[in-house]
Amino acid sequence: MKLDQVARSLLLTEFLSGFVLAMKYFFKPKATINYPFELGHRSPRFRGEHALRRYPNGEERCIACKLCEAICPAQAITIEAGPRRNDGTRRTTRYDIDMVKCIYCGLCQEACPVDAIVEGPNLEFSVETREELYYDKAKLLDNGDRWEREIAQNIAKNAPYR
Amino acid sequence: MAKIIVDGVEVDVPPEYTLLQAAEAAGAEIPRFCFHERLSIAGNCRMCLVEVKGAPKPVASCAWGVRDCRPGPNGEPPEILTKSKTVKKAREGVMEFLLINHPLDCPICDQGGQCDLQDQAMAYGVDTSRYHENKRAVPDKYLGPLIKTSMNRCIHCTRCVRFTTEVAGVEDLGAIWRGEDMEITSYLEKALGSELQSNAADLCPVGALTHKPEAFHYRPWELSKTDSVDVMDAVGSSIRVDSRGREVMRILPRVNEAVNEEWITDKARHIVDGLRLQRLDRPFVRIDGRLRAATWQQAFAVIAERVKGTERKRIGAIAGDLASVEELFALKTLMHGLGVANIDARQDGSLLSPAHGRGSYLFNSTIAGIEDADAVLIVGANPRIEASLVNVRIRKRWRMAPPPIALIGERVDLTYPYDYIGAGPETLADVAAGRHSFFEKLKAAKNPLIIVGPGAFAGESGLAVLSLAAQLADSIGAVREGWNGFSVLHNAASRVGALDLGFVPGEGGLTARQMADGAVDVLFNLGADEIDIAPGTFVVYQGTHGDRGAHRADVILPGATYTEKSGTYVNLEGRVQMANRAAFAPGDAREDWAILRALSDVLGHRLPFDSLNALRTKLYAEHPHFAELDSIATSDVAAGVKALAAIGGNPGREPFVSPVKDFYLTNPIARSSGIMAECSALARDLRLEAAE
Repeated sequence: MKLDQVARSLLLTEFLSGFVLAMKYFFKPKATINYPFELGHRSPRFRGEHALRRYPNGEERCIACKLCEAICPAQAITIEAGPRRNDGTRRTTRYDIDMVKCIYCGLCQEACPVDAIVEGPNLEFSVETREELYYDKAKLLDNGDRWEREIAQNIAKNAPYR
Repeated sequence: MAKIIVDGVEVDVPPEYTLLQAAEAAGAEIPRFCFHERLSIAGNCRMCLVEVKGAPKPVASCAWGVRDCRPGPNGEPPEILTKSKTVKKAREGVMEFLLINHPLDCPICDQGGQCDLQDQAMAYGVDTSRYHENKRAVPDKYLGPLIKTSMNRCIHCTRCVRFTTEVAGVEDLGAIWRGEDMEITSYLEKALGSELQSNAADLCPVGALTHKPEAFHYRPWELSKTDSVDVMDAVGSSIRVDSRGREVMRILPRVNEAVNEEWITDKARHIVDGLRLQRLDRPFVRIDGRLRAATWQQAFAVIAERVKGTERKRIGAIAGDLASVEELFALKTLMHGLGVANIDARQDGSLLSPAHGRGSYLFNSTIAGIEDADAVLIVGANPRIEASLVNVRIRKRWRMAPPPIALIGERVDLTYPYDYIGAGPETLADVAAGRHSFFEKLKAAKNPLIIVGPGAFAGESGLAVLSLAAQLADSIGAVREGWNGFSVLHNAASRVGALDLGFVPGEGGLTARQMADGAVDVLFNLGADEIDIAPGTFVVYQGTHGDRGAHRADVILPGATYTEKSGTYVNLEGRVQMANRAAFAPGDAREDWAILRALSDVLGHRLPFDSLNALRTKLYAEHPHFAELDSIATSDVAAGVKALAAIGGNPGREPFVSPVKDFYLTNPIARSSGIMAECSALARDLRLEAAE
């Protein structure tokens, strides 16, 4: 055993440095949060639950171009389209996302030319059955209505970098 | 041949070639919008600019001939550049100009993914626009139920105008105003009056004209493609069936120079919705006067019971217009096994028969051969509705240099002028006897062509009329080495295949008409919907749609349409072609040969094949020419015509009337289609309007 090792163990230097570190964190503010009651910071680019957005006048944005369906690497999106009955514009008759297949890569919102399909800030959409994760158009539009304010804010925040 | 240097590669091309064709021969790709191989040259899109050495500015290669180029100072061949800086700059400039007024609404455009402008903007354009002013706005036009317009997208290539005037032969489309204000219009906002109009939407290089019935329903990249043949008429146009999942989404033409070039009729293209509507998806048995759903076993048991208690002479089989050779062969073999001679595929009542030789019922000149004809006599045919693409060829021939064309039969608009020389067999007899002036024209012609249509040969006296036409063909020398000018025009896709197969009454057998009139007690009806069957007969209908045949049936066996099975069809020229399966039949419906195979088991005469391949092996062993796909087996036409001419008989005095009353509603698939019903109603209105 060398001399300096003996000196260190006798003087308890390692114990003291560990104690100082522990005390430092003891008086620092807490890093953990009380999750269900508190939420941590989420980037405006956070890719959570999908939503289909509407224009401020209530018109749905999606024009059934099918680019999201084409780009989806997991093939989680299924779209059927046709002319809308009242004005003949191009609309989806079916817009399904299989949230079980989805890998939350965000390519659908990148592909969307009208910012209709977006991955919103919501991450709390766990359900009890698998079937509830097969989202249809009504569910997605409902998500859009519910999260529109947050989604719009996030898009605005991210806009300078695009 | 002329020499020309393209990008440093010297090629030898015919002097009448354009620079664009010469560049293609040298392997250089030239972008284009207005140029199309089968239309006249317009030279108005300017996308095909190339640099010609010595020329002061780039030239439009589609409109500049190789022979118009000047040789170099020392007599070197002329030189063109397709990849130089100037050319790149010229293309970028043209593309920028084209995109100035293009709305760039690709996401909502049906052409997206199959758009020439999209592709070429990616390949030859620049990435930004310098145009900040307002774009042009053009009101959309109404062009009928088949073509949807979005005129903001139009780039004024005029392909559609050239197609309708040149190929379709209706001058319904045109352009008004000039420059930026130019608009493509039908002038009076009425539907186009052509049975080929949808091809104009195919030709449109942008999304200005798209197909209305399929609007927004699919994207081209999600479809799986199957090459097939059309069965709406006997021409057998090459088509591509595009399907998504179990559903056929669209039908497109395929290039086949020998048959349809690259056009198909609106009926061939837009019966897509008929393939899923009114389908028979399970067997039915009539109990107490009502058709009730049954299982296959129940249906077969009912049939077996009836067949067992019936004399062989009182059993018969009729095949319809859409049956493929495979199921005809299966049905014929089954009937043969049962000892039944009453089989017939000629529900139009004609007496064409393989007994006279194959040349007696084929379109011997071939469709491509029409281009060589220099005098045409049309007897009892309306090729425009019975075989539209044959009519397109005759019109093409007429546009090259008008030959004398005469018509005996109904006076109809064929899109080219003709001499109307009579309505019935008497005129034909006059011509055949040389008493009519048109005889001299036919006689003087090098390649005279006589087209005999279903209006002439259908019915009782049809054989005598055919014989008369054969005598005429013989006397004018229409059939000789190197030219067969005696052509029979069919309008049912299955007819030639059935005749080749010998699906006609055997020794002492009854014809279709006799069977339908109640001469049999049990009748197998393989998709024959154009014939009325007398009450009292027990009818087993094997078909696809709830149409006339199914309504009259006592047992219904659900079969597969031509897109749902692999089947051989023989077109009117005798060309053997294969339709391939693009989708699956709905519900319990099965492929037709398989139904007959299963039924044969129950009837106690098991057919000797368990798979389609085994069936084909048997078929090819008995009739080797069915194995020669996409070709026409040679036949002794002269013998066929001689045999026909020798029959003689009294052709009667009845004028020739086309059996096709409505172009859009000729078969069960078309009758189930909503689009066809709409077109039919429009066409009827147009006819009434014309009659006023």
